[in-house]
Parts: sequence; structure tokens; C-alpha cells
Amino acid sequence: MQRVILAGMVGLVFGAGITISGMINPAKVLNFFDVAGTWDPSLAFVMGAALLVTAIGYRLVLKRPAPLLDETFHLPRNRAIDGPLVAGSALFGIGWGITGFCPGGAIPALGLGSPEALIFVAAMVGGIALTRAARNHVQTRTRNA
Amino acid sequence: MTEFTPFLSASGGALIGAAAVLLMALHGRIAGMTGILSGIIPPLASDWAWRAAFLAGAIAAPVVIGLVSGEPVSFHSPMPVTALIGGGLVVGVGVTLGGGCTSGHGVCGLARLSPRSIVATLTFMSATVLTVFVIRHVLGGV
Repeated sequence: MQRVILAGMVGLVFGAGITISGMINPAKVLNFFDVAGTWDPSLAFVMGAALLVTAIGYRLVLKRPAPLLDETFHLPRNRAIDGPLVAGSALFGIGWGITGFCPGGAIPALGLGSPEALIFVAAMVGGIALTRAARNHVQTRTRNA
Repeated sequence: MTEFTPFLSASGGALIGAAAVLLMALHGRIAGMTGILSGIIPPLASDWAWRAAFLAGAIAAPVVIGLVSGEPVSFHSPMPVTALIGGGLVVGVGVTLGGGCTSGHGVCGLARLSPRSIVATLTFMSATVLTVFVIRHVLGGV
């Protein structure tokens, strides 16, 4: 229960950061990427500050043998730089550029009651579910072949 | 036009970083929205409860900020519904194949100097700049 409540509080901090920084606002995000037009460099400050805090914080935290509420740190094990990584990231960038929404910006935007955020998130959830189903299908076929 | 907000944006970024550090210190997890969200989409992850709580907290945040500041949160989504649906689908497929988004790769992964995340972040940032350029300056869209 403690794990769940604390995760909710961390989510609140994350969402507050997204809200205060302007990442919640698709118009602002699109202007950040419009370097040839109405460029708003604000989001470089978001990324810069987030990276600085995380890099320093991780350095201290990951020195410990384990997190406070779990037995181990769950760090990504996949180290491959492969086609899916590059193609997937390129697709994500295209969708981000079309809409101004990324997952971390769109989820908090649901709290504003925005129908646009709701439509985007519904479509994104569909995309996630479809891709996972397709991948499982391919993996099962490969295993059975 | 949107207002240049270096101080607010850096403060918000620091909070995003603080959340990432806290989630690692407490739960031992990467604060990536893609990974956290995927665990509550069927088939559910066995540890879906903390994920759902994190998402609920993130959704509550703009409501709390609005109440505390007494000002409406700046928000404008300029794209038509068809673009939102198409873009949302493409984002869902992309972040699943690529194994992360701005928060997971762009903040947590870069902070760990993960080569995968460096490649992912350079790729999606370039793709986004290019897409916005094509839509606004080649196709003459919004």
C-alpha cells in the first residue's frame, strides 16, 4: 500500500513539473521544435534542468544496494541499438511533431479535461496495444517455427 | 506565439528530475511514461497498482496547480481531430518499438548515459523538428 501511495505522490510531482514547465501545452511544444518560425526555446530549459537533477540524483541513488521499497533496481537490460529502436523513435518524433503531444505531456493534460488530449491518449493506447499484440504474434510464430 | 518562460520551464524540469530520482530511490523504477502506462494496458502487468497511482497523480497535478496558483494552466492544442488520431497511433507504435519516450529515454536514459537512449533521443528530436518544419513551412499548416 505504501508503494502505491508513494507512487501517486511521485506522479503528482512529475505532473506538476510537466504543468509548470509548459510541456503540458502542445502549442508551446510545437513552437520549441519550430526553429525556423515562432521558436520558443523554453523547453530546452525543461530538458536541461530535468537532466541535471536526474543525473546527479541517480549517481547518489544507484550507489545504494537497493531501492527503499523494492529488492532491486529495475534497470533496462536491452542494450541493442537496432532497427526497432531507431524506427520506433523516428515514428514517435513524427507523431510528436504532428500533434505536439508526447506521452508524458498528454497524460497530465487529461487532468485539464482536454478532449484533444483524450483523443490523442486513446489513439496512443490503441497504438501501444496493437504493437504489443503484433510483436507477441511474431514471437509466438518464431518460437513455433 | 508562446511566451519564453526560462525560469518556470527550468523549475518544472527540476521537478520532473526530482520525480525521476524519487521513483528510482523508492521503487527502483525508470520514470518513463511509456513504460509506466504500458503496464496498465491489457494484458496488465502484475505490478499495475503503483503504475495506476503514478498516472493518477500525474493527471491530478494540473488540477492542483490550477487551484494553488488561481490561474488557468496555459493549454492550446492547434491540430484537427484526424491529426490527433493519426499522430496518437503513430506515437503509440513508435514508443513501443523504440522502448521509451521523452521521459524514459530523454531524461532517465540520458542521465544514465545509456547509448540506446542517446540514439533514441537524437532520433526522435530530429524527427520532430523535421516534421514540424514540413507541416509549418512546406505544407503551410498550423
